[in-house]
Order: sequence, then structure tokens, then C-alpha cells
Amino acid sequence: MALYSEKVMDHFRNPRNVGALADPDGVGEVGNAKCGDIMKIYLKVEGDVIADVSFETFGCGSAIAASSMATELIKGKPIADALTLTNKAVVEALDGLPGHKIHCSVLAEEAIKKALQDYFERNGIEYDRSLFPDCENCDHCSHH
Amino acid sequence: MGEKEDNVIYLDNAATTKMSRTAIEAMLPYMNDIYANPSSLHTPGQKAKEALELVRERVATVLGCEPREIYFTSGGSEADNQAILSAARQGARWGKRHIISTAFEHHAVLHTLEKLQEEGFEVTLLPVGEEGIVTPEQVAEAIRGDTALVSVMYANNEIGTIQPIGEIGKLCRERGVLFHTDAVQAVGHIPVNVVTDRVDLLSLSAHKFHGPKGVGVLYARKGIRLQNLIHGGAQERGKRAGTENLPAIMGMAAALEEAVLKLPFQSKQVADLRDRLIDGLSRIPHSVLNGSRTSRLPGNVSFCFEGIEGESLLLLLDDRGIAASSGSACTSGSLDPSHVLLAIGRVHDVAHGSLRLTLSDETTEKDVDTTIAAVTDVVAHLRSMSPVWRDLESGKKEFIIK
Repeated sequence: MALYSEKVMDHFRNPRNVGALADPDGVGEVGNAKCGDIMKIYLKVEGDVIADVSFETFGCGSAIAASSMATELIKGKPIADALTLTNKAVVEALDGLPGHKIHCSVLAEEAIKKALQDYFERNGIEYDRSLFPDCENCDHCSHH
Repeated sequence: MGEKEDNVIYLDNAATTKMSRTAIEAMLPYMNDIYANPSSLHTPGQKAKEALELVRERVATVLGCEPREIYFTSGGSEADNQAILSAARQGARWGKRHIISTAFEHHAVLHTLEKLQEEGFEVTLLPVGEEGIVTPEQVAEAIRGDTALVSVMYANNEIGTIQPIGEIGKLCRERGVLFHTDAVQAVGHIPVNVVTDRVDLLSLSAHKFHGPKGVGVLYARKGIRLQNLIHGGAQERGKRAGTENLPAIMGMAAALEEAVLKLPFQSKQVADLRDRLIDGLSRIPHSVLNGSRTSRLPGNVSFCFEGIEGESLLLLLDDRGIAASSGSACTSGSLDPSHVLLAIGRVHDVAHGSLRLTLSDETTEKDVDTTIAAVTDVVAHLRSMSPVWRDLESGKKEFIIK
């Protein structure tokens, strides 16, 4: 199918970093089954670095590819870099996504932020709340 | 029919079918030789006109009606639109502005009804239950003094359930209400006869039974006043302007006759393969067949698998050379999964994980077995990376499909 780029299909067919991590330092889950996409990100942190990262995704081909690509983009990178990862960067790395699939990349960005937030909370690290998705009060998943 | 040209296992015959060799060959003379306009006065034109009227008789014979009750259209959607709008306007002249239909009609019907609602018509959409079948009793209860039309599809396009059209037709005839059926998925696959079914209006589409795309039929019982959707020349008794697509009409008639001729033995063969596929897919844990198992088109298999999403399932099946379809939201570009799956009570979470496999007479037992193995594999693979499946398996969430 020519709906997706070769890059998307590659990450969809051969997802990187898939599965759960044992004893993660941070876990973030976004989306809901009602709208058809759920992403879950697991993090292992060493010092200031994302030592390991993995994902589990329920969703379409682009959701799985976006999760896979997002984990690749932050693996081994400083936390500061992971915090500033944008959905746009995920889309670019995938050589683009169809218009109605952009929200998949937004979910990937938000899942990573949510996992980092969980890591900060667990370790009592102070952070700026406004930089993180507020899933309880956000209607993204019902209006994308 | 010709040999399979590639290794694709094509299981999307409800979307469209491959043209039969008979249909293709029936079209060729009307492109090469008899290409004139049936409205022209010269001899070549009159030859085309003669062919058009002969083919109208052939189609009428198959459906059990008179030739003048057959109107050639561009396909099922046009026929649905014209049937419903005509019946509604005819009813409105008598002050009847109520229409009965079902919740899981094709969009060609539902969106036409929405347009009529905007014009002030009242529409009752009957629920279809988990089996996906509307009962004559439901229709009887819904009919009012001001009901202009009942429109119920002959068989559903997604879940393949066959509706009790003959009984609904009888009821409508007794109550003096016009009855339309969208028979796009039924004609050529199960016996359809407008007289014994007591249908007033019927839509069909050629490409669903190995005919060409872009051509269909609207049957309108004599006495029903059709309204034009397309204005212009006097073709089709003045009810459908535009030069007749004679090659396509010839192809459709040939495909229709062939399908109906083969039907008695072929539907059993296809249904046996369907049952083999249903049995195989039922072995996948937490899966469910959508719609009645018994009142079902010979070629339709529709399943939901919990914990996964349909588009990724389709893409991975495509990688393995299996062409399938899904009612998942992600394949349609909309947020909501198929209205058909929601109508039979599948919740969103489950409806996203749907798969439709529609067989033809070219489908083999080997195709079915390959497909069972592939779907089983791909579902397990997608579940292994699904956080939903993890929560279901760990007991954090309860399975919806037991």
C-alpha cells in the first residue's frame, strides 16, 4: 500500500525497542482504546541519560511506526533532548505521515513526556508541569 | 474465469470483484463494432438501440420483472439515491413524510435519508440487534399512516447478514407502503426475485458480481414515478439522462446471467469455504464472528479480535499477499469505527479490531487455510506489542469478547 512511506513501513514491519522493560524508571501511557490508539513508553534512566527505552502500542500502522521511531530518537540521549522531542521531528524522521495520521506522532511525543514525568515524580525531581500533557483535561484523543 | 495472475489471495470481493471473462467478452463488440449512440437515427445507432432493448429484457428476466421496469444507472449508489428520493417525493404529495430504514444501511442510503431529514422528512432507523437482522415485526410496528417508504438492504455489505426481504415485502404490500431494497450485495450471490419478494424498488451494482464498474440497475415497479437525478436527454424513459453505457450494460447482463446460472452449486461451494474460514478464525482466543452465522451471504466472513487495531492487521496481511478489509476507524480516516459494527452492539474498543474477508468462486481451500494461519499469526504478533492486550491478560482489564 502506498499510504505510507518506506520508512513508516520499515518501522511498522520491524518495530525497534518493542515490549515492556523490566523495572522501568518511568512509564507513560496515552490515548484510549475508544479512539483506537494507545501508546505506552517504558524508560530506564542512568544519570542524565535515557539508557534504555521501549514501547507497546495498540493502534494503526503509523501509530506503531511513530512509537518505534520515537524510541530510536531518544535512546541513549540526554533527558533534556528527550524532553524537547517534538511530534514534528518524529514525522520528519519517518519521511512524513498522511494528514489524518499526524495525531499518531503527537501521541508518541506525549507518551515520552508522560514517561519522563513519571520518572521525575518517582524521584522527586522538580519540573515544569506546563510542559507536559494533561491527559485528564485534554480532549486530543476525541478530537484529532 | 481466468487463472489467477499473481499470488495475491483476494478476499475483498464485497468491495469489488474481478470481471469474468464472459463479461469482458460481452463488452468488446459494443466497443469495436456496435459503438453508435442508441439515440441516433442511422442504422448503426438503431442497431445499438436494438441491443439496448434486448439486454433490458435479459436483465428483466433475471430479476423477474418487465423490461420497462428496468432503468440502467451508473451503479448502486445512484440507484439508491434515485429510488429513495423518488419514493419520498411521491409520498410527500400525499402528505406522507415518514421513512423507515435500518441503522446499518450503506451510506448511499443513510446519507440520502439525512438529506431528506434536512428537508423535513422524519426517518426511523430500526435497530438490527447483535445478529444483524431486522425483523418484519419491527417494521410492522414502525409503519404509520404517514409512512412513505420502507428501505431495508437485502444483505449487509460488512457483516453479510441476509434480511427477511420477502416477509417485509409482503407486509409493506399489505399495508400499502412502498418498499425499496438495496440489493447490491445480494444479487448474483443469493436468489433475488422482485415479484416473489414483493419489492417496489431495487438497486443493484454490476461490479459486485464480476461485471464492470460504473453500471447498475434501478428496478422500479410500474406505476412508481421516478424523479430524475440527472436531467437532459430522454434516455431511460426520460428518467435518467445521458448516453447509455452500452458496453458496460452488456457486460453487466452477461455477468448477471452467469452468476445466477452458477448460483445453485456455487453458493454451496463458497459457503463451505466460508464456514471453514469461520471455524478456523474462531479458534483464535477472544475473537467473535460479527452477525448471524446462518442467515449470511455465502462469501462473507467478518470478525473482531480484541486487543488489536484493524489497520495494522490489514497492512500485515497485505505483506503476506492477502487482500482484506476492515471496519476500523483508522482505515477510513474518521475517528469512529464502522456504523455497522456499532449497530450490532460492538463497543468501540472491539470494533477497531475488525476484519472482513469476502470470498469468491475463485477462492480455494488452500487460500482459506493460508489465510487462517496468517490471521492467527498476525493477531498474535500485534497482541504481543499491545498494551491493551497486556492489561487484558494480566486481569487489569476485563475481556469484552470472552
